[in-house]
Amino acid sequence: MAKPKIATASLAGCFGCHMSLLDIDDRILKLVELVDFDKSPVDDIKKFTGRIAVGLIEGGCCNEENVHNLQYFRENCDILISLGECAIMGGIPAMRNTIPLKECLDEAYLNGPTVYNPTGKIPGDKELPLILDKVYPCHEVVKMDYHLPGCPPSADLIWQALVALLENKPMDLPYEVIKYD
Amino acid sequence: MTENFEKAIREICSGNADDRTRMIDIVREVQQLFGQISGSAMDIIADAVNSHRVEVESVVSFYSFLSEKPKGKFVIRLCNDVIDKMQGVGKVAKAFQEELGINFGESTPDGKFTLEWTPCIGMCDQAPAALVNDKMMTRLSSDSAREIVKSLKENEDEYRLIHMLGDGNNANPLVNSMVSNNIREKGPVIFAKFEAGKAIHKALSMSPVEVIRDIKTARLRGRGGAGFPTGMKWEFTRGAEGDNKVVICNADEGEPGTFKDRTILTEKPDLMFEGMAIAGYAIGAKTGVLYLRGEYAYLRPFLENVLADRRNKKLLGISILGKTGFDFDIRIQMGAGAYICGEETALISSCEGLRGDPKNRPPFPAQKGYLTLPTSVNNVETFCCVAQILDKGAGWFAEMGSTGSTGTKLLSISGDCTRPGVYELPFGTTVAEMLVKAGAEDAYAVQMGGPSGQLIGEADFHRKICYDDVATGGAVMVFNNDRNPLEIAHEFMEFFCEESCGYCTPCRVGNELLKERLQVIINGKGTPDDLDYLEQLGKTISVASRCGLGQTSANPVLTSLKNFRGDYEKLVKENKDGMQRTFDIHKALATGEDLQGRKSVIYAE
Repeated sequence: MAKPKIATASLAGCFGCHMSLLDIDDRILKLVELVDFDKSPVDDIKKFTGRIAVGLIEGGCCNEENVHNLQYFRENCDILISLGECAIMGGIPAMRNTIPLKECLDEAYLNGPTVYNPTGKIPGDKELPLILDKVYPCHEVVKMDYHLPGCPPSADLIWQALVALLENKPMDLPYEVIKYD
Repeated sequence: MTENFEKAIREICSGNADDRTRMIDIVREVQQLFGQISGSAMDIIADAVNSHRVEVESVVSFYSFLSEKPKGKFVIRLCNDVIDKMQGVGKVAKAFQEELGINFGESTPDGKFTLEWTPCIGMCDQAPAALVNDKMMTRLSSDSAREIVKSLKENEDEYRLIHMLGDGNNANPLVNSMVSNNIREKGPVIFAKFEAGKAIHKALSMSPVEVIRDIKTARLRGRGGAGFPTGMKWEFTRGAEGDNKVVICNADEGEPGTFKDRTILTEKPDLMFEGMAIAGYAIGAKTGVLYLRGEYAYLRPFLENVLADRRNKKLLGISILGKTGFDFDIRIQMGAGAYICGEETALISSCEGLRGDPKNRPPFPAQKGYLTLPTSVNNVETFCCVAQILDKGAGWFAEMGSTGSTGTKLLSISGDCTRPGVYELPFGTTVAEMLVKAGAEDAYAVQMGGPSGQLIGEADFHRKICYDDVATGGAVMVFNNDRNPLEIAHEFMEFFCEESCGYCTPCRVGNELLKERLQVIINGKGTPDDLDYLEQLGKTISVASRCGLGQTSANPVLTSLKNFRGDYEKLVKENKDGMQRTFDIHKALATGEDLQGRKSVIYAE
């Protein structure tokens, strides 16, 4: 029987959650025995190669490309997990949500004290994804099946969650794994 | 000018003995005189009562009848609860807006008028209703709204708005109000004949402990809604340490749909005050406070007169009825527009001149209440029952009603019924019997006990009104087939979001989330999962909130979900592709497209 597939994505995040995933250390060898990595920045596979068992999403949605990518994951993954604060609540990028978008962009591209922008325009090149009015947590865009909290979630938490899902066992959650201060 | 300004404010403060615990009275008077409590006024008050500016400001910003910014000479507060909306408050609102040329929350440039929304003002049986300063305007239409504005512009006198006086004491010159009592059914307790002084005379022939024993024998339970045994509460208060004790009467009936106490305050104040004096005797208290909601300020001169009359008759004051050592007097504490102050610990905070924040329990008010003195807070109706029990006997009282709930209950019924008003019915009456009396045989849903109570449907109409079955503080709102239970629940959630004091997170944030998700379902974008979400979140709010407001605020959602699940299920759809229907990519992109100067290629329309 083929191994189940795992895919990961980093949307509006800092890749910290992916770093934490790599922090599972030598258990990654055991993980490779359990699963195949599909579309992911870890292996640079761009397109899904089949049905995915578990998709891990880092970061929320700040632009159209994030939304598109997230919807693509939802179509192809059986289980979708919000990994970390940004995916769950928008995190640091969502700090701009309290400020109107125009003010944000004006400050960044027109009025900021260190800005040099002779065109006097906000960048609109078609290579740049269009920005959303605010940063959305993943579950406001598509249905998310689970949320793994933390900034980043610890390697142990990610490991526990994946193994529990893949082996269809209840998750072992000792206090240390979900304690944040 | 400045000197006079300071002098006037200092006079108000000294009129209240420069006592910081009388802050609500002080700021109310300043508000009345200047139409605002400006920053400099707050500084002067703080200095006069030896407090801090921030303490004054915390009070001013908390109560809706107080404001730092100037209000118009005439403040029109239109009631926007669910019943008023059903009775066409929308048209009235539009008429006010057009005549005044301002929106709600605004004042006219000449400083004459301020137009505001307000939650229930206790007039659901004669909705739509509004307050013009202290004056109640009932049964409004777009025409009468226009006339009110016209008259105020011409005469600049809100007293000239009253053309027709209401029945009973509403026509008393001290009340001078167009409010109707709408007492539809008089029972043997509250609305029975009563001779002032008779009950207290009997009480004084017994020992305080015997009085409490009588109340216990009558198995009297609190009429405010929670149903705590009154005798037990008194016993705790009596037994608490300290010689100074306090009796407070909770006349802050702010629960939307409740107006029963209005009729007692208008027609039976003697009965209520007598009950308070008996409580004072039983507990060993010298101080009594009637906490009157700000909306009922129109009743204050009348009630003060009743108190003066009782003092003349030696029913209040030093050595009541010649009994040496029994000194008891009552003062009226006005509220200033805050629903939360109906919660007893918040009410005590308010009496102490503070924001209406609930207090932590324990200690319970019976141990440490008003100004840390042992305090018993009871409902208006409870005190009325007390007086009748002492007069007519505990056995007489205990025979009425059902085993766990003795006596009668006042119900204020409004909404889709032909005979809205106040009914005194024995406990144990079924909901169906009550509906027939009120002319609401075609009721689809009935909100028992106001927003914090439960929304029930036909399946529960056979149930009995009593503490052990369908409990209610007295508010009954009737809805017919044209009404949507989800929208009713949403109305109530809006109310709770507005009235949450904001102290604890489950209530402040949780109620907003409940309201939001309910709106999603009403908009047809919900999924079956959302129903579980509402249920779980609702339970969390109930369990984790600090006071009674938060502990019951999820009830509109939880009970409508339980009793009208079909109405919810009709609206939710399974989310098969996993894409959230509430997310609109085009809307989310519109500003970005505009600013970045191009249209989306990925999401081309």
